[in-house]
Amino acid sequence: MPVSERDGIPIWRKRTPRQALLTWLAWIAGLVILVICFRFISGQTLWFFVTDAPQQAADLVDRMFPPRWEYANRLWGALWDTINIATLGTLMALVISVPVAFLAARNTTPHPIVRGAALFVIVFSRSVNSLIWALLLVSIIGPGVLAGILAIGLRSIGFCSKLLFEAIEETDPRPMEALESTGASGAQVTSYGIVPQVMPAFAGISVYRWDINIRESTVVGLVGAGGIGLQLDASINSLAWDQVSVIFALIVVLVIGSEWVSAKIREAIR
Amino acid sequence: MTRPKHDPAAGRWRPPPLIPNPWWRWALYLGTLGYLVLAFGTIDVDIQRVIRGMERVQILFAGFLQPDFVSRWSFIVEGILESVTMTVVATALGIVLSIPFAFGAARNIAPLPVYLFCRSFIAVSRSFQEIVIAIFFVVMVGFGPLAGVLTLAFATIGFLGKLLAEDIEDIDARPLEAIRATGAGWSKQMGFGVVPQIMPRFIGLSVYRLDINFRESSVIGIVGAGGIGGALNTSISRYEYSTTAAIILVIVALVFITEYASGIIRKRVQ
Repeated sequence: MPVSERDGIPIWRKRTPRQALLTWLAWIAGLVILVICFRFISGQTLWFFVTDAPQQAADLVDRMFPPRWEYANRLWGALWDTINIATLGTLMALVISVPVAFLAARNTTPHPIVRGAALFVIVFSRSVNSLIWALLLVSIIGPGVLAGILAIGLRSIGFCSKLLFEAIEETDPRPMEALESTGASGAQVTSYGIVPQVMPAFAGISVYRWDINIRESTVVGLVGAGGIGLQLDASINSLAWDQVSVIFALIVVLVIGSEWVSAKIREAIR
Repeated sequence: MTRPKHDPAAGRWRPPPLIPNPWWRWALYLGTLGYLVLAFGTIDVDIQRVIRGMERVQILFAGFLQPDFVSRWSFIVEGILESVTMTVVATALGIVLSIPFAFGAARNIAPLPVYLFCRSFIAVSRSFQEIVIAIFFVVMVGFGPLAGVLTLAFATIGFLGKLLAEDIEDIDARPLEAIRATGAGWSKQMGFGVVPQIMPRFIGLSVYRLDINFRESSVIGIVGAGGIGGALNTSISRYEYSTTAAIILVIVALVFITEYASGIIRKRVQ
């Protein structure tokens, strides 16, 4: 324990002088980086437009209230589309992520090279945001619900496969060994040795990702990929802020509802 | 758990079904089937448009095989610089602002009115996707990375505030009580009773959020809030897929690096 002495009396210190110096240097380096970054952003900003920000915000809120509640009657179709985008997208991701996960797990992969390829698919799918996928798909197959489903699905493959292959790697090898000793084939070992062990994790992952996808499917429409985001985009472009507030209210209800459903299901699985 | 019935006439053991009650099982199967039929019915696909899109898929794949970093190099560099600086500033700002919200949203140390205020603020921040928040800040402070910084900082408050508050609620109350017994004031109780217990998780979550913020900073540019998203959006709408591929590859590489680094840091603190 570092102890310094002053006037012959030992005083307890948290760090040695050397550690203290290094800590200070790290803090200073961090601050310098922060200042450099801020100056860069400041240089890219037109501060003239920032000066009236509070007024703009007040104006915006003023125009959002009172919400035009009767507009909600034209949104039920879009809301249904949004739920479908999330659900079908999640289903698509689950169907694809099962083989990817088995190829990526250390204990079930046929070859390290295959494992590398599967890991690349996972990293790629996870780092490209669903909105970027949606942008690409809208320009390829045209605007609509299908582009949204594919965007959500492609984005979720990485997430689901990653969690699933980690669950596969954590399985207990003893049931598999027991099955092998009875002369079971590879497919039988997988379906009776591994699948029952990862099933709860799989169910949990799918519900968890569905919940995230409900949130994401509310915005893919901003770039034309269907759902309530289309209406949001249209309302914002026509500056109908009293409709925007209705859409926001629906989104909040939808998100909180899906969070509740997913929490209940995950509780039941556990 | 019910015992699986062994039928000697059939001579085969069958695994027990997932849902023991046959009525519930069949209701669930039928319900799922009905939903799928309805949901697939809502997808209206323009086959002609999809066929035309297949050509673009080929161009896109060709783009990924031969990404064009050169012709829009200055836009890519500027976008990435903006994304990185936005991430750094927004994460720092968000962390600093999230600390009071985390303390306020922990039921064991905050009085009820403060608790309710902080919890509702966090709920609002978490219900909306970053891109929707970005639209707001762009209206408020104009186009550019400042709107992005505010967006990401706002989202960080919700994320860190919630997870940190749950952590504070789970702390061991005894050290806090011991410090209170010595007659320490509120700030000393927090500093020596609460903070040391949540520090490792706080650092881990902050690094994780840095990672998320970088991913998000690559899309909020679609609505004009700065970062690489703007350049990406332009390149897609101009069908310059080789530039698109280059930008996506840069994003994937940077996300991979930050994820790797954040994984190392989180492993070290936990």
